[in-house]
Amino acid sequence: MEEDRVAELKEIARQVRIDILKMLAKAGSGHTGGSLSAVEIVTALYFAKMRHNPERPDWEERDRFVLSKGHGVPVLYAVLGRCGYFDRKHFETLRQLGSLLQGHPYSGLTPGIEVSTGSLGQGLSQANGIALATRLNRKDCRVYVLLGDGESQEGLIWEAAMTSAHYKIDHLCAITDNNGLQIDGPVSKVMAVEPIARKWEAFGWHVLEVDGHRFEEILAALDCAENTKGRPTMIVAHTVKGKGVSFMENQVKYHGTVPTPQELELALKELQV
Amino acid sequence: MVEMLGTREMYGDTLVELGSENEDIVVLDSDLSSSTRTSKFGERFPERFFNMGVSEQDMIDTAAGLAASGKIPFASTFAIFATGRAWEMIRQSVCYPKNNVKIVATHGGITVGPDGASHQCMEDIALMRVLPNMTVIVPADAHEARAAIRFAAKNRGPFYIRLARDKFPVLYSPDLDFELGRARVQRVGREATIIAAGLMVHEALKAIDLLEGQGLRVGLINMSSIKPLDRQAVLDAARTTGAIVTAEEHSILGGLGSAVAEVLAEECPTPMRRIGVRDLFGTSGEPQALLAHYGLTAQEIARAVGEVIGLKTGGENR
Ligand SMILES: Cc1ncc(C[n+]2csc(CCOP(=O)(O)OP(=O)(O)O)c2C)c(N)n1
Ligand SMILES: [Mg+2]
Repeated sequence: MEEDRVAELKEIARQVRIDILKMLAKAGSGHTGGSLSAVEIVTALYFAKMRHNPERPDWEERDRFVLSKGHGVPVLYAVLGRCGYFDRKHFETLRQLGSLLQGHPYSGLTPGIEVSTGSLGQGLSQANGIALATRLNRKDCRVYVLLGDGESQEGLIWEAAMTSAHYKIDHLCAITDNNGLQIDGPVSKVMAVEPIARKWEAFGWHVLEVDGHRFEEILAALDCAENTKGRPTMIVAHTVKGKGVSFMENQVKYHGTVPTPQELELALKELQV
Repeated sequence: MVEMLGTREMYGDTLVELGSENEDIVVLDSDLSSSTRTSKFGERFPERFFNMGVSEQDMIDTAAGLAASGKIPFASTFAIFATGRAWEMIRQSVCYPKNNVKIVATHGGITVGPDGASHQCMEDIALMRVLPNMTVIVPADAHEARAAIRFAAKNRGPFYIRLARDKFPVLYSPDLDFELGRARVQRVGREATIIAAGLMVHEALKAIDLLEGQGLRVGLINMSSIKPLDRQAVLDAARTTGAIVTAEEHSILGGLGSAVAEVLAEECPTPMRRIGVRDLFGTSGEPQALLAHYGLTAQEIARAVGEVIGLKTGGENR
């Protein structure tokens, strides 16, 4: 049963990777590496954890997902499209004039996008605000937010980290896509954020560490977060930037470049299309 | 004796009023709640009051999240920290997605006084005015402040309301109505019109008395709604009096004076002068001394009016 479920999620993840690569190649610009590193995380949330209804994106009781590392939006579009928030034919229009799919998440336009991001560092505070509102409204919903490891260099992340702990926002679960790379190189060389788990612990968070590409671990951590009361949970997900395409894995270069037609062909072959 | 009333005192009281009328009103502050008077709301509705500590960026983005889930957040701190420190949060998370966040900042302008340049905000109107979807209001007295705050609570979208540290003379009655984008024509002029906001409305009134003594009838517009600007009121004043002076407790760059100049330059070129802080930082001092030091006085306004009248060519510019 559990095995079937994981096999199913793996297949969805494979499809999501294909959609990401195709939409980015078509768009001609965008962020490949950080979209691929988060595929299992976002897939697990939308297909196995969150309570949500693609037919009613504004359903009050829904769980919320905030993509704080907004440049990774192709993974979110791929997942939202697959859930049915909008027609997948929109993938082809990514980043074009008049498209439903803006270069970075825009809540004013795209069904399923909760928060407008793209300017790094701003998602966790907004997730806190959403969580405080749902608490005041006595709605039983959970709020998830995905951060980048490079993004965690922003001071605002740590202001927000204090807020979540201070207000005991235990229906909030943050996940760090700890892929070790940012634009200018390895996070450890540009501006070290390790020991990241201990930092969050010191800020009063319940911290879990997982392999961010293993559904069993991600789902177990998400369940554990849900059962943790009195403080927020941070899941540090160890991931590989560019995951799933051998020549993109751990390559700084694929942060903000997209596959050429030849690369796309190779990549799709690896993903067994 | 003129009655004096604080715009920030009125803010605190109005929040309490709004809080009991509407459960969705929530208030955030960044460790200045005793100064901004949001503490009044905090005492009355502790579960709906969030002190964020000294973290203005976090305050604005948290407010954005609250608004995204249907709350009506009022976020307050001093004008420079609200609009300067957190500018990009206001841009990305409040204005771009049109979140229903009300930023009410106190301690706008030079009259912050002895705290000096670090705390005297002469740039907030410029910083807020340039943002799409933002509404910018500078009330001229406490009753107008209350009306504007109540208006903001009832109308969706991002608002910036600038209040002052010092009390203002009372100009209006407590039952004043606020209408967005509608200037208050305090007095119709003949030779020139002063367009002012906030504290400078009061200096302009004194300037008008001075000019009356010289046989000049000068008009006055309280342009509390700086964005959207009442373009028609500006044009009417320009066409009927042919000379305009703006007066604001703000830099002459990017604020009310600039907004008026933009309208006039495009639609009705008219001799004009701007009274404001002339591209300078503030300095410590008592408010009255600072106003004199930076030329934000009735005398300076009157002098500028004399100058623009002198610039009028070929008589009335009808
Ligand atoms: C405030 C801000 N500064 C700079 C950028 C440009 N930028 C986009 S992605 C990125 C690096 C992010 O690294 P990380 O958070 O590790 O993302 P990931 O590796 O998951 O792609 C930067 C600097 C931005 N979007 N926002
Ligand atoms: Mg990274």
